[in-house]
Amino acid sequence: MTAAQDKFGRPVVVVTGMGVVTSLGAGKTDNWAKLTAGESGIRTITRFPTEGLKTTMAGTVDFVPVEPFSSTDLSERLGDLAAEEAVTQASIGSKGDFPGPLFLAVAPVEIEWPQRQELARVVGTTDFSYDDLLRVCGGGKFTRYHQRFLFGSVADYLAEKYGTKGSPISLSTACASGATAIQLGVEAIRRGEASATLCVATDGSVNPEALVRFSLLSALSTHNDPPQQAVRPFSKNRDGFVMAEGAGALVLESYEAAAARGAKILGIVAGCGELADSFHRTRSSPDGKPIIGCVRNALADAGLAPEQIDYINAHGTGTPENDKMEYLGISSVFGERTSQVPVSSNKSMVGHTLSAAGAVEAIFSLLTLEHQRIPPTINYEVPDPAIPFDVVPNKARDARVTAVMSNSFGFGGQNASLILTCEPV
Amino acid sequence: MTETASPKMGSAEVWITGIGLATSLGEGLEANWDALNQRRINVDEKAFAPYVVHPFAPVNLDTQIPKKGDQRQMEAWQRIGTYAAGLALDSAGLKGNKEILGRMDMIVAAGGGERDISVDTNVLNAEAKGNAGPGFLNERLMNDLRPTLFLAQLSNLLAGNIAIVHGVTGSSRTFMGEEVAGVDAARVALARIAAGQSDIALIGGSQNGERKDLLVLYEFGDFNLKDKFAPVWARERHAGFALGSAGAFLVIESKAHATARGAKPFARLTSVVADFSRRKHPGDVTSTLENLWSKLGKIDAGAIITGASGAEPATSEERAFLTKHPGFAVRATGTSFGHTMETQFPLGLALAALSISRGALFAPGDSSGVEIEMSETPTQIVVIGTGHWRGEGMALVEAIK
Repeated sequence: MTAAQDKFGRPVVVVTGMGVVTSLGAGKTDNWAKLTAGESGIRTITRFPTEGLKTTMAGTVDFVPVEPFSSTDLSERLGDLAAEEAVTQASIGSKGDFPGPLFLAVAPVEIEWPQRQELARVVGTTDFSYDDLLRVCGGGKFTRYHQRFLFGSVADYLAEKYGTKGSPISLSTACASGATAIQLGVEAIRRGEASATLCVATDGSVNPEALVRFSLLSALSTHNDPPQQAVRPFSKNRDGFVMAEGAGALVLESYEAAAARGAKILGIVAGCGELADSFHRTRSSPDGKPIIGCVRNALADAGLAPEQIDYINAHGTGTPENDKMEYLGISSVFGERTSQVPVSSNKSMVGHTLSAAGAVEAIFSLLTLEHQRIPPTINYEVPDPAIPFDVVPNKARDARVTAVMSNSFGFGGQNASLILTCEPV
Repeated sequence: MTETASPKMGSAEVWITGIGLATSLGEGLEANWDALNQRRINVDEKAFAPYVVHPFAPVNLDTQIPKKGDQRQMEAWQRIGTYAAGLALDSAGLKGNKEILGRMDMIVAAGGGERDISVDTNVLNAEAKGNAGPGFLNERLMNDLRPTLFLAQLSNLLAGNIAIVHGVTGSSRTFMGEEVAGVDAARVALARIAAGQSDIALIGGSQNGERKDLLVLYEFGDFNLKDKFAPVWARERHAGFALGSAGAFLVIESKAHATARGAKPFARLTSVVADFSRRKHPGDVTSTLENLWSKLGKIDAGAIITGASGAEPATSEERAFLTKHPGFAVRATGTSFGHTMETQFPLGLALAALSISRGALFAPGDSSGVEIEMSETPTQIVVIGTGHWRGEGMALVEAIK
């Protein structure tokens, strides 16, 4: 086994560029500083009226101007910011010529309320049917909306701007999407299809209907005041997740390609695991088997034993259900060692960045490896005795970290785990 | 995805061992095959006038989705897809085989986002009347949306429903992005199996074309076929497509895996290629298609099954490509089934595999002259997917030697 191949004879996949934007700020430096300071990016929503909503706070990204505004445009802008940072850091290819494919995790694109309302204004009457709306859509007035609201529009924009190769892929595995984007890149490199991939995950969806949708599923925290204290992963008084926006981008390369061009290696994606759950559309199987299987798959793919994991970057949404199931899954695999492995949730500070989460948190995991410092789980005032994790409560902690597991468990039962290391394993 | 040996790049032969079709022409392989050979087309020019759609041929959902509760949790596009996925698993002889289904990979090409038209219309009318305070939209949505509608809209929940109803729980990935998402689902699933990263996969998609909200999106670009049906090759007076309703799923697996369990294959999925032409200059699509053709592998003779949409300029550019390959009998699935977007390419793969397994290409779909009879037995069929806006893909489906 050379440095370029892992213990299974596959090309080692390294990270040579990372970019991130969240409610904490733009870029790795600002995000890392605030994350390790235990700051929260959750705020009361000011983007639109919140009267009539049970949840009035989110981790919105309000410092990125988008005009005219749509969630799709914001998602594209965030993905672009993250990709720019990652590609610049990697110093790979040349401007507009990325030597590999694009994998983009993105929320399903759809026409939004402002556009519907605009159509209604064009109809101009006060007792109209959907057919009347249809009648004013054509004739060339709204061609930009066809392009904007195709499912592939964000990926197409990024593929054109960064000059990625081949057909760009837009993917969704709900809350695991960001991890799946990385996994697709890893697989492509391992089978020799690409020596570099651009993996981007973005979500800019805090709008009225998105908030209502999650609210109707009773998934959201209603701890609106103060908003910074709403996300309480693993606490006895946790009451749901908080929607948030953000993007993460990674440049992945084969070790061989990275070494050949003298690229700085930021970390290694040692293993990826996934497993689907067939129990329920929003709840995990009570026996935890899919989560256990997913975690075991990731460890097996990396060729590591549970004892070799120094830190778990949890899915940790702060819902009563997820945190309990995550504990069941982790403790089943890690056994007696469970309470000694630090397990913290970035979502306690940046909220749930949904389609972006898996990538955002993979980047935070890689920064944990770089800085040898574990970000805390904040808002941890009332421990849940049924979840005796060491959650790295409230304050960041210096630690010797060589291998990190990052978990993402999505709606619709799509689970993914990544193993990230500083050195080849 | 646990790999325990050095993967040989692209070396495993991959077979199509199961096909599930539920379309506007009927359900199952026989019904669709017969309809094609009888040149039967199911279009509705009235219900969505002036738009033309291909409505779904009703099925008994209970036979593939036994629990009414499961059916109610889905919108039509998910019911169609979950039904067709079940047919594919039956076709592959895998229904109820927990050992295999538990580790079966899945890549679904999905749209989604079906709206509650009455909720949307009521909100917009009330706002137009001037009754709407700042929290009006919030209150209406909180009160009028049924809580599970979101799950019925989410693109990744077609895969989620297939997992729940049929027990497919290996990996589960959903690709979005119109026509080329269907190409890439097949491309990535094939590449994984060929490289030893997977043994067996379920690929496919579904669309409900009887959707006014979907018509809105394409109407923005003037892409909808209006007033009167016309075959794909005969739309010079008004370019565009008629939304189709269909679910098309395939089971693909390595030859070794299929042989070991005694599976009877339909055909070999030899290669799938895709690209993203920037379409900045006339002829860009034609040259991209030519480039993809050259990457498929050695093609001696055969047929072409295309999902050409009828949209312009993509369809004319594809015709220019086809005239450069005159020896191949062409079939446009857009004529018979309508344009099913993400599902069009899996539909083409299914028909290619079916044709090869039956030793015959189905009848021409129109009398424009573009589609000619084919009397020989096809052993190679190229499937083409040219996006109405972006994305190009091709596959080579071959008889097993």
